[in-house]
Amino acid sequence: MGNITLSNVRKSFGETHVIPGIDLAIEEGEFVVFVGPSGCGKSTLLRLIAGLEDISAGVIRIDGQDATALPPAKRGLAMVFQSYALYPHMSVRKNIAFPLKMAGLDPAVIEQKVANAAKVLNLSNYLDRRPGQLSGGQRQRVAIGRAIVREPAAFLFDEPLSNLDAALRVSMRQEISELHQTLKTTMIYVTHDQVEAMTMADKIVVLNAGRIEQVGSPLDLYRAPANLFVAGFIGSPKMNFITGAEAAKHGATTIGIRPEHVMIGDGPWQGTVGLAEHLGSDTFLKVEVPGVGTLTVRGGGEVGLHHGDTVRLAPQPDKLHRFDANGLAMK
Amino acid sequence: MSRKTTQTRRTVVTIAAWSIGFLIFFPILWTILMSFKSEGDAIKAPLAMLTSPWSLESYHEVQERSNYALHFWNSVVLSVGSTIAALIIAVPAAWSMAFVPGKRTKDLLMWMLSTKMMPAVGVLVPMYLLFRDFGLLDSRAGLVAVLTLINLPIVVWMLYTYFKEIPGEILEAARMDGASLRAEILYVLTPMAVPGIASTMLLNIILAWNEAFWTLQLTTSKAAPLTQFIASYSSPEGLFYAKLSAASTMAIAPILILGWFSQKQLVRGLTFGAVK
Repeated sequence: MGNITLSNVRKSFGETHVIPGIDLAIEEGEFVVFVGPSGCGKSTLLRLIAGLEDISAGVIRIDGQDATALPPAKRGLAMVFQSYALYPHMSVRKNIAFPLKMAGLDPAVIEQKVANAAKVLNLSNYLDRRPGQLSGGQRQRVAIGRAIVREPAAFLFDEPLSNLDAALRVSMRQEISELHQTLKTTMIYVTHDQVEAMTMADKIVVLNAGRIEQVGSPLDLYRAPANLFVAGFIGSPKMNFITGAEAAKHGATTIGIRPEHVMIGDGPWQGTVGLAEHLGSDTFLKVEVPGVGTLTVRGGGEVGLHHGDTVRLAPQPDKLHRFDANGLAMK
Repeated sequence: MSRKTTQTRRTVVTIAAWSIGFLIFFPILWTILMSFKSEGDAIKAPLAMLTSPWSLESYHEVQERSNYALHFWNSVVLSVGSTIAALIIAVPAAWSMAFVPGKRTKDLLMWMLSTKMMPAVGVLVPMYLLFRDFGLLDSRAGLVAVLTLINLPIVVWMLYTYFKEIPGEILEAARMDGASLRAEILYVLTPMAVPGIASTMLLNIILAWNEAFWTLQLTTSKAAPLTQFIASYSSPEGLFYAKLSAASTMAIAPILILGWFSQKQLVRGLTFGAVK
């Protein structure tokens, strides 16, 4: 249970076409991440799947059933919101129990399920507290608890970690991934953070201006971005793009090379180090190369270069990405 | 630059705050003090007045001359009645404006508020004529209607700001959790809205209790609330300070007590939902 198919799904708000038409198949048990910049329509797409927004045209099928006109409650999906959206006047126990109570389950069964969920999420000691008395991470766990007790066909996550601090984000990211391993339920996860997308997803859907730019596994997108947008969006630091004569040498309008695929030492490009960021594990250099532009280069932690130093660089030839005038990848 | 909160600074601020508080409260305090003096002592110079003997004479006279119980009861009926009526209209109105706003919702709210900017006396004559022709002069029903209408904009505004504070995502979460509309209202919306409704109710009771323009213009005796009771002691034949003070004290005492016990709710109400 838990495959979701979108066929030509459209959404317009008045004259604004937020989603001009999307086809997408999500397989059972997959961890799918919708990623894209702010305003690309990823949250809207999730809300269309949830049923919180009506679609303007198209069909949404959940487990083969047409769910287009079903209200959110009838779709068998659970959602975790960015703001957690916990019920502030209810204890943690009542928050987690709420969907079960709405489903009319026996109180003894509810108690058992809540206890199980609390155990999985390390919330057993907090069941009688109110959301206001919990930390951000604990609140997020309650929101997840409220979702898992329903045993839904799929989980929908709407930027669930963006209100947490960096350290907590990393650990919650791992917890959600582990949860997916344990439950093996379909999860759809929306984020603008490509690191979250890369680390968690089985399948990434890159969205831009309401359109799907590319669908694929994290490494597929990293190795073979379909266009300039995906190439620039996936990977951190961002891929270097070079146009003009240097690109023409490779028979392309634009060439792209990731910072980690530029070798320091010997090579055709000579430039001056503008900025050197020594992180210990890595060193990020901004190098001004005449005729090529400013390149970001990722070197080892022990690279001893500083501002003003001259350096020679070489792109790894097999890691060079070529794009045509329309910004599409060339084979 | 962080603000230094030294001991001296804190002391100065505390003294200043208490002084301002005392200054605001002083007229009320003076009224209460004066109410315990005889009519002759009340008009003496402040120091002489304070040292003169205390007496309950004014209270006795006020009790004999007027029917405090009737006015008190009228005040209760008018303030509570108009508050309930205003809430019955304002809760659904604010609800729909907060959760299903239209294109003109903001304009509508501003228009409602604009009616509060007009001086009440501007419509005194038409109102008086309406009341006269419909036989509503000196009737509780008529005054409840007027008090409801004059406070309605504020009630709608307050409730609107409270309802706006309820995050839409929580309602969506309830919908995802399988709550029907009834369950959503019963288990999620109402418990979250009750504090806002309660403080709106309190503030409106106080506003209606203290309303003195329409209650003085449109009542004489039968429906007259405590404002009329106070006013009856400032007569053209001369001022009876002690009795006026005794009447005022009796009129403000109930609302002062109500206000004291509901301070927390009121402060929240007065900040109009600006502070979470």
